[in-house]
Amino acid sequence: MHEENRGRVLREHFGIAAALGQYVIALAGNPNVGKSTVFNALTGLRQHTGNWPGKTVDNAQGTFTYRQKPFLLVDLPGTYSILAHTVEEQVARDFICFGQPNATLVVLDATCLERNLNLALQVMEITPNVVVCVNLMDEARKKNIAIDLPALEKELGVPVVPTAARKGEGLDTLRETLYQVSTGARKSIPRQLVYSQAVEEAVEKLVPTIQRLIDHKLNPRWVALRLLDGDKAFIESISRHLELQLSPKALQEVAAL
Amino acid sequence: MQPSDKLSLADLTVGTAGRISSVELDGLLRRRILDLGMIPGTQVECIRKSPVGDPIAFRVRNTMIALRSDAANLIKVYPF
Amino acid sequence: MSGTVKPMTTLVNVCAEADKIRLSTDSTLSDTIVSDIYANAEQIARKVVTHKEQGESSWDTRLDDILTSRLFGYPIMLALLGAIFWITIEGANIPSGMIADVLFAFQDQLTEWFVLAGAPAWLHGVFVLGLYRALAWVVSVMLPPMAIFFPLFTLLEDLGYLPRVAFNMDSLFKRCKACGKQALTMCMGFGCNTAGIVSCRIIDSPRERLIALLTNNFVPCNGRFPTLIAIASIFVGGAFAAEYETVVASLVITTIVLLGIATTFAVSWLLSHTILRGEPSSLVLELPPYRLPQIGAIIYRSLIDRTLFVLKRAVIMAAPAGAITWILGNVYIGDLSILAHVAGWLQPLSYAIGLDGFILLAFILGLPANEIVVPILLMSYLSTGQMIELDSLDELRQVLLDHGWTWLTAVCSMLFCLLHWPCATTLLSAYKESGSIKWTFLSFLIPTIIAFAVCLVVAQTARILGLA
Repeated sequence: MHEENRGRVLREHFGIAAALGQYVIALAGNPNVGKSTVFNALTGLRQHTGNWPGKTVDNAQGTFTYRQKPFLLVDLPGTYSILAHTVEEQVARDFICFGQPNATLVVLDATCLERNLNLALQVMEITPNVVVCVNLMDEARKKNIAIDLPALEKELGVPVVPTAARKGEGLDTLRETLYQVSTGARKSIPRQLVYSQAVEEAVEKLVPTIQRLIDHKLNPRWVALRLLDGDKAFIESISRHLELQLSPKALQEVAAL
Repeated sequence: MQPSDKLSLADLTVGTAGRISSVELDGLLRRRILDLGMIPGTQVECIRKSPVGDPIAFRVRNTMIALRSDAANLIKVYPF
Repeated sequence: MSGTVKPMTTLVNVCAEADKIRLSTDSTLSDTIVSDIYANAEQIARKVVTHKEQGESSWDTRLDDILTSRLFGYPIMLALLGAIFWITIEGANIPSGMIADVLFAFQDQLTEWFVLAGAPAWLHGVFVLGLYRALAWVVSVMLPPMAIFFPLFTLLEDLGYLPRVAFNMDSLFKRCKACGKQALTMCMGFGCNTAGIVSCRIIDSPRERLIALLTNNFVPCNGRFPTLIAIASIFVGGAFAAEYETVVASLVITTIVLLGIATTFAVSWLLSHTILRGEPSSLVLELPPYRLPQIGAIIYRSLIDRTLFVLKRAVIMAAPAGAITWILGNVYIGDLSILAHVAGWLQPLSYAIGLDGFILLAFILGLPANEIVVPILLMSYLSTGQMIELDSLDELRQVLLDHGWTWLTAVCSMLFCLLHWPCATTLLSAYKESGSIKWTFLSFLIPTIIAFAVCLVVAQTARILGLA
């Protein structure tokens, strides 16, 4: 039942046709991190491109099989963050949040981990089913940058896979990890972000009400943070995707805030 | 927006670095700059200028971002 | 009180509460949130990443020093662009010829089948001489250059060079209140204006994106190069001694391209100060490190993408255009074909702008695909009733001269070719990207007006001065 509903949401809201039993994986990452290389390496020629429904934003989807299970990889636009101030960020955010992919693969650039972690941490606030891929490890080696991957995995609380997708390194581990997370064989407890006091206090005030409204469909802390950020488009997104009854008057009230 | 006369990224000469004290930009530009990690307290180094002097390439958090001088003027740094 | 709370209303309440909190804090909460996330990221990175000692200045810094330097930056850019053109044009010759041979040989086969089936001549005309011919033409003319240009371009992109181009060119665009990334959309346009229009997505500001979109047509695409080269080679080359022919023709083409670029800047400036007024958004451009691209994968993928594109376009746009052209050229009203009639009506206007009725009509019928302009023109001139191309430049030159071509006709034709309305696929893309009929119409109107105006001025001035 849940599967059928998801299929419908994917089709109607995101224009994605996922077969029954197919694991859907969202692919996110900063621009220039080799996300396309990872995408191409995993899906080969079994991909097609188009646009996200109603938007002039590129959408690429590809399929691959691993351990006889079918996977659908959805390439999200490259974004520096998903605090959603541009259409690309909104598209990425909406899909990760409401498209409910089985796993979200965040590709990071090993040579500038700090900035890339910004996106990874944000994604981890939305969903716990995150796989972090630290790509361009070969470039990092050339630049004498060393990354303690087990430590990173411990810090993040989600699986971390090093790759050099251009050379095909690390892809097997990546596929295996995606498989484990998608099937639920491996569960993660992502690191909870610590904010400064003012923010934490504000979040605490809002979380109880939000929890009551949204139930457990979304991470209430994250919803609170979105509202505190002044993200009006998010309200519209929630209503549309969770299919809460939308009264035009209420929408107007929100817009007027 | 009247730029205050504090030191800004545009004042950095090639090869020098400064620490951001404030970002006096608005709107989408501001969000983009912050999302790239150019937040108060961040170390930014001026790497090079285009052949005609504008835009300017800065290194921040081990990445290179090019900005026009009008934006760089409004990203203030601590005096050094 | 009923137990059901309307979710929406309460959501509004939460929003209101959130807003209250947000506006009551001293500094913006949004900024704090971003800073906090980075604080977390820094903390993690500090524990996990170690930078070992690096050499003095890495090779990519040194490369950047050269590629964006005052002395070498621009010349290298122009040289690279020129090199890509040259490789595309030269490299496409042989494959184009080969594909043409195969496809036109198949046409003879088709003709045989039609004859065997006892099909009426007109049916053969429409389907084989019209539809199939145009299709074969477009594929043989467009596929090889695209298969070379796009992989080369993608290679530069993956190498990391293209942002440097935007970096170098930004100040020029800033003066037109446009965005430096427009340089990249222009480069794309050299390959194919449709791809150029789609590439305008890299420009964030909607206003600047529209400027790039509306002016993309002023850079001649792969489909227009054969026309420009043919005319340039014939007329300009022919006036000079044989050994200088190619050099002079190349110079002419370069001039035309530079004119196109100049027009782009001029029109961008004009748009920024009239219908697309607004403050320039500031450029925020990441300059990624240089990386060796996967050459094999790029070529492979590009080849497939471009082949599919050309085939689709040939079937959907060119083929019907070919069929219609054949009909117009072979249906007679009185002793003239419809084509000749229409050319006659267009003659006064065409003459005023330095062309003749047949040339203008060829451009009009070439709306679906610019590559068929010259074939259509020859068909009209020679009343052969079917699109043809001539193998030798000398033959071509003779036909044109026989039909009254002068140096002015050549110049105005080249100018018109450079500046005129975009092809149908490009217009469609413009519609999809802009989402508005108004802007699509303008993307058609602006080049058209400029083409007519420029040719008018050139033709009239030349005649007044007694030069033609």
